[in-house]
Amino acid sequence: MKDNLYSYILGIADNSLILGQRMGALTGHGPSLEIDIACTNISLDLFGQVRSYYQYAAKIAADGRTEDDIAMLRQEREYLNVLLVEQPDTDFAYTMARQFLFDVYHFLFLTELQKSTDLTLAAIAKKSIKEVSYHKRFSSDWIKRMGDGTPESHQRMQTAINDLWTYTDELFHQTEADKAMVVEGVGVDVSKLKEAYYNQISETLETATLQVPESKYFQKGGKQGIHTEHMGYILAELQYMQRAYPNMEW
Amino acid sequence: MAATKQRIHPTLIPILESVSDPEIPVLSIMDMGVVRSACLEDDLVKIEITPTYSGCPAMDVIGDDIKAAFKKAGYTAHVDLILAPAWTTDWITPRGRKALEDYGIAAPLNEEADKDVLLHGKRLVTCPQCGSKNTKMVSQFGSTACKAQFQCDDCQEPFDYFKCLK
Repeated sequence: MKDNLYSYILGIADNSLILGQRMGALTGHGPSLEIDIACTNISLDLFGQVRSYYQYAAKIAADGRTEDDIAMLRQEREYLNVLLVEQPDTDFAYTMARQFLFDVYHFLFLTELQKSTDLTLAAIAKKSIKEVSYHKRFSSDWIKRMGDGTPESHQRMQTAINDLWTYTDELFHQTEADKAMVVEGVGVDVSKLKEAYYNQISETLETATLQVPESKYFQKGGKQGIHTEHMGYILAELQYMQRAYPNMEW
Repeated sequence: MAATKQRIHPTLIPILESVSDPEIPVLSIMDMGVVRSACLEDDLVKIEITPTYSGCPAMDVIGDDIKAAFKKAGYTAHVDLILAPAWTTDWITPRGRKALEDYGIAAPLNEEADKDVLLHGKRLVTCPQCGSKNTKMVSQFGSTACKAQFQCDDCQEPFDYFKCLK
């Protein structure tokens, strides 16, 4: 129970950590000041949520590690985030497509997690979902603006959606920890979110005059710690201070 | 609702009211509604605060400020961060809303109006500078997690709008 709960919490938290790191890396690099601020606000929300999860994970592990140790000192194979969130900011369309494809899932997931029999997870979900509804609104808006914008923005958004589509199916794969936590009433059965997810995605894409990709070829592995080549670079930056100056504190 | 009721020992209120939100210095943490309980056991004070947004960087500072204020008053304070029930803008007191407006931040509307403003661009937010409702949203995300950026089309001043959170 304890090991499964610990892995389960990390599985949720790592998605937000890595996506938060991606969005946070846009500080000072956003295409306009308002978008720069929006991206870093989203990053801040995600990091805030991550802290709550890691604090709880540290309590469950009870082996002397702190939230910071869990966030900063694991090896690549020990991070359990989905591949989608680690994909690079090829252009702004990719940034927004990645955010949108995750936000729709995140909102559905937190809606269910609020009902968890684990009161800490339910409380984090209730807090986070208010923030995530803003993220979803922002990213959906940009899907529509770019999709239904100029031929150039349309093409870029279609390319981004097509490329990232291959990482969506993994969101609904159940790990062993997932299955165990669903039985306990703690976890969310993600496989049941799939239909609502693709319906919502399709609806927004259609409003945005974008094609819903038909590809049935999907990538997976992140939930087992098998990541794409981008993950190592993210961690190199994320963990830099702790690797260069072990045990440093603010 | 009983679940959202604050439990605060009356003698502690003046001390808590002396602590302000570091990002909105005109607003005390009591008017902000982030103090959920404060109990007194001999000279040990136990306080529970709840964050406005998960990533609000002000929470650590608020915790330290509370401890410092109580130390000055001769108490030892223990501060816990709680997440449930989640904070809502309804917990900002009328005095707090007034302080926000005076400071130049438009206070949150109700949930439905907030949606009309943020989603459909309706002009319902009053400019805290000139009082006009001829205002538009510049961005859903503002200088801090809790605010959106607005501009007044009459006096042309930019201002912050405190987003409704329920």
